Amino acid sequence: MEPNLILFYAFAALAVVTSLLVVAQSNPVYSVLLLIGSFMALAGLYVLLSAPFAAVIQIIVYAGAIMVLFLFVVMLLNAPKEDATQAAIGEARATRVIGGLLAGAFVAELLWALSRSRTMAMPGPMGARESAWSVGEIGQIIFTKYAFAFEATSVLILVAMVGAVALAGRHVAGKRPG
Amino acid sequence: MTPEGFAQLAILGFVFFMLLNSAAIMVYVERKVAARIQQRMGPTLVGPYGLLQPLADIIKLAMKEHLRPKAADPILFALAPVISAATAFTAFAVVPFGAETTFFGLLDQPVPLGVADVNVAILWVFAVTSMGVYGIVLAGWSSNSKYSLLGALRSSAQMISYELSYGMALAAVLVLAGSMSLREIVDSQAGSWLGFIPRWFVFLQPVGFFIFMTAGVAETNRAPFDFPEAEQELVAGYHTEYSSMSFAMFFLAEYINMVTVSAVATDLYLGGWHGPLLPEWLGWLWFLLKLSFLLFFYIWMRWTLPRFRYDQLMAFGWKFLLPLSVINLLVTAAGVLYFGA
Repeated sequence: MEPNLILFYAFAALAVVTSLLVVAQSNPVYSVLLLIGSFMALAGLYVLLSAPFAAVIQIIVYAGAIMVLFLFVVMLLNAPKEDATQAAIGEARATRVIGGLLAGAFVAELLWALSRSRTMAMPGPMGARESAWSVGEIGQIIFTKYAFAFEATSVLILVAMVGAVALAGRHVAGKRPG
Repeated sequence: MTPEGFAQLAILGFVFFMLLNSAAIMVYVERKVAARIQQRMGPTLVGPYGLLQPLADIIKLAMKEHLRPKAADPILFALAPVISAATAFTAFAVVPFGAETTFFGLLDQPVPLGVADVNVAILWVFAVTSMGVYGIVLAGWSSNSKYSLLGALRSSAQMISYELSYGMALAAVLVLAGSMSLREIVDSQAGSWLGFIPRWFVFLQPVGFFIFMTAGVAETNRAPFDFPEAEQELVAGYHTEYSSMSFAMFFLAEYINMVTVSAVATDLYLGGWHGPLLPEWLGWLWFLLKLSFLLFFYIWMRWTLPRFRYDQLMAFGWKFLLPLSVINLLVTAAGVLYFGA
């Protein structure tokens, strides 16, 4: 087997196992860490797809910035370990049915997408497609072809932020204006 | 394996060895400089001029009992120092420290002095440093002690706040050099203006250099930004509960991070291995010289400036350094657009 393929399977296995463990084990802090591990494995896969820029951004934004906030929340709330039996009793049957249906729909969608994709082969080694990682080109495309989507996403994030501040600050605003 | 491959491996081993040693050297230098600044002698007993003091410290640390609080989370408590030390080493992997060399004609193809030449090197350094936060946060949380947790929270708040200015300063250099590879950035600083001013980016980016160094000190949790381990308030901060070699790993990580920030600053702003007088193949001497100066600066600062207050630290980071770095980036971008790269 060529080394790239071995690396692909290693990262893929890591991503799948860590993602499963995020849900399967009960300690929330471990879940956050396993999710970071899953992001790292995905970054490895991006590198194999000759997209190191995407890989590094994945680590900086998701593993570095967003997950730190997750970890903060979990640590500060001191979220207790989920008790397996308690969770089983507490959950309504409807939750499970809806969850199962959604998971099934997602798997079907994934299989459909995979069956339509014609290029199942691995891309060439690093550097084979030079343009894929060129930051200049990514910038050009983002600010020309996908400018609307890019700006719309920024506005969406801003709206979410303002919303979060408004929700969190509501009780303060009543007592002390400004 | 090709001879070039062996050379690469040798360089990797050399870098690892030197990083380990740099911590020992830095501990000695720090104690000596601190002592001199406070009109003391510093270590004198072990070896000539106390030179073997770090060795004695390491033996002492290794012999200590390894303690773990009963209420601590065993897995994370063991993992945290490993994350800290590993990220410290990993960040240095993309830092080049010399021009390409054939080792006096030993090799057919020249190899670059540096572990790996990645075309997203700057972002790599940034990404790995941002992973270093986890070591500290997990150490604080898993210890299950109030001092550790407070230290970890302060530390992560501080690191996240200053990371932004750090990244903005990096972006300005990136715009100026038009490349994200540290080697290409260093090479774009070769030569001189008017024959005697070296073309270092520090002259084009004095504000950026100031921001980078300030944020770098905050990132490495050194005085005057050493809140995570403010002794008077938090005993020892996030590593209060650690002893023996796991404490040594945090210690190691702190010093290696210092070396990495200084090495990156040397590459980004001080022209790396380029300098007057010395021939190209001795460029690593320039690198070492500049690195040593920056490291000395770090120590000098620690023993000269008192610690900020916590609200001052946050206000300084968000209300002064971040706007300044944004303006710096905008001015740099406008300048590059107007004058050409």
